[in-house]
Amino acid sequence: MTTDYRTIAREGLWSNNGVLSMMLGLCPAMAMTNSATNGLGMGLATAFVMTSSSVIASLFRNSFSQEVRIPVFVLIMGTMVTVVDMCMNAWLHELYKVLGLFIPLIVVNCLPFARIEMVASKNPMLPSMADGFFMGIGFTLALTAIGAVREISGSGTLFADASLLLGSTFKFMEMRILPEETGILMMILPPGAFLVTGLLLVAKRMIDERSVRKDTQAAPATSAA
Amino acid sequence: MSSQRTLIHGLILAAFCLGFGMLLVTTNSLTKDDIAQRAIEDRQNSLKQVIPDSIHDNNLAADTLTLKNEQGKDVVIYVATKEGKVGGVAFETSGIGYSGEIKVMLGVDPEGKVLGARVLMHKETPGLGDKIEVKKGDWILRFTGLSIGNPPLEKWKVKKDGGQFDQFAGATITPRAVVRAIREGLQFFDANKAKMMEFKSSNTAADGAGKAAATGETK
Repeated sequence: MTTDYRTIAREGLWSNNGVLSMMLGLCPAMAMTNSATNGLGMGLATAFVMTSSSVIASLFRNSFSQEVRIPVFVLIMGTMVTVVDMCMNAWLHELYKVLGLFIPLIVVNCLPFARIEMVASKNPMLPSMADGFFMGIGFTLALTAIGAVREISGSGTLFADASLLLGSTFKFMEMRILPEETGILMMILPPGAFLVTGLLLVAKRMIDERSVRKDTQAAPATSAA
Repeated sequence: MSSQRTLIHGLILAAFCLGFGMLLVTTNSLTKDDIAQRAIEDRQNSLKQVIPDSIHDNNLAADTLTLKNEQGKDVVIYVATKEGKVGGVAFETSGIGYSGEIKVMLGVDPEGKVLGARVLMHKETPGLGDKIEVKKGDWILRFTGLSIGNPPLEKWKVKKDGGQFDQFAGATITPRAVVRAIREGLQFFDANKAKMMEFKSSNTAADGAGKAAATGETK
C-alpha cells in the first residue's frame, strides 16, 4: 500500500474499483440500482460509512490483536452504520426518508470490511481515510452507472427524483431519455441488475485490455532500446 | 500461557465493545428526542394530507381511539373535531400489492365520503407500481369525494375487473390493492361510524393551543 494519494484515488475510482474490479459489495450494487438516484444514494451513504470506519479502524490499528481483529471490524462497522442511521434520522430527516432504507444494508456490504482489513488496519489515518473515501466514491460511481443504464432502458428516465435526494437545486438532473411506456420492464427488476452488472464488468475489462495493449505496443520500442 | 492469551484477547474485545457501546448510548441519547419529534411530524404531515385544516381545531395525533377491524386487528383512528363536533376521521388501511403490503392513510368525513387518501408505505416496482404515490402521479387523488354508493359497491374495482378505476399500463395488481384497501376502509368506517362519531375531543376547550399543536408544534 502506498501513501501516494493519486495512486489511491486511481485505484479506488477505476483500476481497483470495488464493484467492477474486486467484485465486492455486489448485493447492494444489484439490489439498490433500479434507478440512478437510488444507486447514487446508496453509494454516498456507503462512502461516508467507509471513510469514517476506515479512520476509526486505523486509529485503533495498534490496539487490537490479530486474533480479535475481525470482531472488532464488525463492531466498528456496526457502530458507524448505527450512528449514521440515528444522526440522519434526527437531523437530516428529509434525506433519511430517501436513504434510510439503504443505510442498514451497508453493514452487510463486504467492501468496507475488505478495505479495513487490507488497508486501514495496517496504515496511518490519512491514507486510510483517503482509501476509504475514494473506494466509496468508486463504489458510488459504479452503482450510479449500473442504476443509470437500468433506469434508461427500464423506465426511460435518468436521475428521476434526484431532487428528493439532493435538494431542489438538482432538479435539472432529472431527465426523460425515452418516451413514456417504452422501457423494458425487466431492466428495473432483478434480472436487469445481473445483466447490466455483467455488461459493465465486460465493458471495464475491455477498456482495461485495450489500454494494456496500447502500453505493450509502446513498450517494445522502449525495451528494444 | 495460552489461556492467558485468550484472556487478553477477550479483554481487548470487551474494551472495544464497551467503548463503541458507549458511543452508541451517547448518540442515542443525543438523537432520541429529535427522532421522536420527526416521527410525530411525519405522522402529522400524512394526517394533514387527508384531513383538511378547515375541519378541525384539535390535535389530530393526540385525539385517537382504537377500534378492532373485521380481522380483529387494532386500527388507530385519528379524529378531527371542530368545536367538539366530529368533522372527519383518518385511519390506516392496507392491501396486499405486487410485492407486499401497501399502507394507505384514509380520511373520511361523517357522510362516509373520502376526504383524501395517501399511500404511506409500499414496496411496489419503481417506475410502475409507484404511481400510487402522490409525488409520482395524481392517480390517488381521484378517490377524493367518493364513497360507497358513489360509485356503487360493485364498481369499486379496477377497470380490468369490471370496476371504474384505471389501472396503470403494466401494473394492475398494485391499483387493485389500493382500490380494495380504500373500499375496505370505507366499509370499516360504515361499520364503526357510530363509535367514531360520538368521540369527545380531549382538548377542544383550549382552542388556540389545540390549533397550534395541530399545525405541528407539539412540545
